Amino acid sequence: MRRISPGMMVVLGLLALFVAAALAAPLLSPFDPLRQSLLLRLKPPGSLLGGRTFILGTDDLGRDLLSRVLFGARVSLLVSVVAVALSFVVGTALGMVAGWYRGAVAVVIMRLVDTMLSIPAILLAVLTVAVLGPGFLNLVVVLGLTRWPRYARVAYGQTLQVAVLPYIRAAEMAGAGSTRILWRHILPNIAGPLMVVATSEFGLMILFEAGLSFLGLGIQPPAPSWGSIMAAGRQYVERAWWLTVFPGACLFGVVLCVNVTGDWLRDRLDPRAASR
Amino acid sequence: MTPVLAIENLSLSIAGVPVVDGINLGVDAGEVMALVGESGCGKSITSAAVMRLLPGAVSQTAGDIRLAGESLSRLSERQMQAMRGRRLSMIFQEPQAALDPLSTIGTQIAESLRQSARAARPAVLHMLDEVGIADPARRIDQYPFELSGGMCQRVVIAAALIARPELLLADEPTTALDVTIQAQILDLLRTLARERGTAVLLITHDVGVVADIADRVAVMYAGRIAEAGPVHSIFAQPRHPYTQLLLASVPRLSDVPKSPLAVIPGRVPTPLEFGPGCRFASRCPRADAQCVAQTPPLRPLGDSDVACWHAA
Repeated sequence: MRRISPGMMVVLGLLALFVAAALAAPLLSPFDPLRQSLLLRLKPPGSLLGGRTFILGTDDLGRDLLSRVLFGARVSLLVSVVAVALSFVVGTALGMVAGWYRGAVAVVIMRLVDTMLSIPAILLAVLTVAVLGPGFLNLVVVLGLTRWPRYARVAYGQTLQVAVLPYIRAAEMAGAGSTRILWRHILPNIAGPLMVVATSEFGLMILFEAGLSFLGLGIQPPAPSWGSIMAAGRQYVERAWWLTVFPGACLFGVVLCVNVTGDWLRDRLDPRAASR
Repeated sequence: MTPVLAIENLSLSIAGVPVVDGINLGVDAGEVMALVGESGCGKSITSAAVMRLLPGAVSQTAGDIRLAGESLSRLSERQMQAMRGRRLSMIFQEPQAALDPLSTIGTQIAESLRQSARAARPAVLHMLDEVGIADPARRIDQYPFELSGGMCQRVVIAAALIARPELLLADEPTTALDVTIQAQILDLLRTLARERGTAVLLITHDVGVVADIADRVAVMYAGRIAEAGPVHSIFAQPRHPYTQLLLASVPRLSDVPKSPLAVIPGRVPTPLEFGPGCRFASRCPRADAQCVAQTPPLRPLGDSDVACWHAA
């Protein structure tokens, strides 16, 4: 094992902290993220009111911003994880099938990939949500089903490479069927590059979720998500900067950490990139 | 007795160009049959045809392959897949490349048993022991990179033989190994084949390997069989000029040091250059007009079969 550099330790630590905060949101939140109070509207960070401290201030409905950001982290991470998992499975399966069977199957799948890649993902997502209606499930499905082509491309190329290696031929000679070969022998051997794609996609997914929620097409109020908190705070940006700055900073921090982790993972898993 | 493997009049071609031309071969149970020839003479593609895993561009234009009398050409792909690993299996040249780097050797040996890893474990341990791997209980959970090349080839042999196939195809199984390991692996193959009654078709270009373990030899040249017979007759009295030159080209320790190596002048004709006659004619010291014009049939001569107009 190569040593992990101190800088990378910090990034991984921050990422772990975000995940832990999201998981422990109910324990860490000082208040109910949905409890409103018109008397406590738009209080600045650090306000001490009625014996209670609002560390990050309150929003336009008097809800505690810290609690909302913490619960928002849950939503953002959950949507991203499920959407990444969905697109990973769909894209990898299609890419592997195309790479293994080649011929007409590959032509059909890979042209579909090209088509999907030529449509801006956010446009496709906006259109689909507009038709299906917003909501957690629709959001996840839409993100998952628009972001699979990148996995398919990588899985396709990698499968083509691995499929001609002697050990795949040896498995065929031992009587292993296509399903078994794909699952047991090809998938583990192409998982590295796919994990790198998944990491960078994960960062993008967080942004997409925030973007769609910001546009009102994602998570619906009153449920908190970073995008929807920022959307609501947009109107008060002159009077209450904290409503957009804190969730925005969280978003920025997580995506940055995820992307740095993705680069690091790529260097670690790809010996050629590491030696450069 | 029906031979375990019978290749009957097999012809293969790539995009209409014949590369293997009507070859006949039989291998009996417990017997090691060596198929010898230079690179590109069609020996490896013949073994791929037996497994029915020919590369896409190659097609079988004639002939039949029978396993214990049963024609393999008639089987569906699904039936054929069920036979691979169980009734016939194959090992390759590069043992390390033939093992999945991310799978333990135990799971890979158990591949052809179609059982769960746990159910197969006792059989795998026994098999590892049989191929001479020390400390099987530890080795079974290791990955290929933890093993040496010779050990990897033992693992590959274990994987090929665990389901007790009737036929084992071995395509240059020792080429990638150093000479001492080579001898051990050949010895192992021969012992296991004898004990288990497995028919072995050994594909090689190394005459030394043939002499070590084969019972019978078929010498292939440019897609045809030049000469076939028991190993002792072929070595003691080669009748085809190609076999004679091939054997003469093997360097001996008794040769005068620094004397020039014996070579066969010229090169193997490519399938596009095949004429109507004997394919060795262009390099043969005894070739005449008949050799160029007509293909010599394979005819019995002594213990062997020879395809040469001039052999006697």
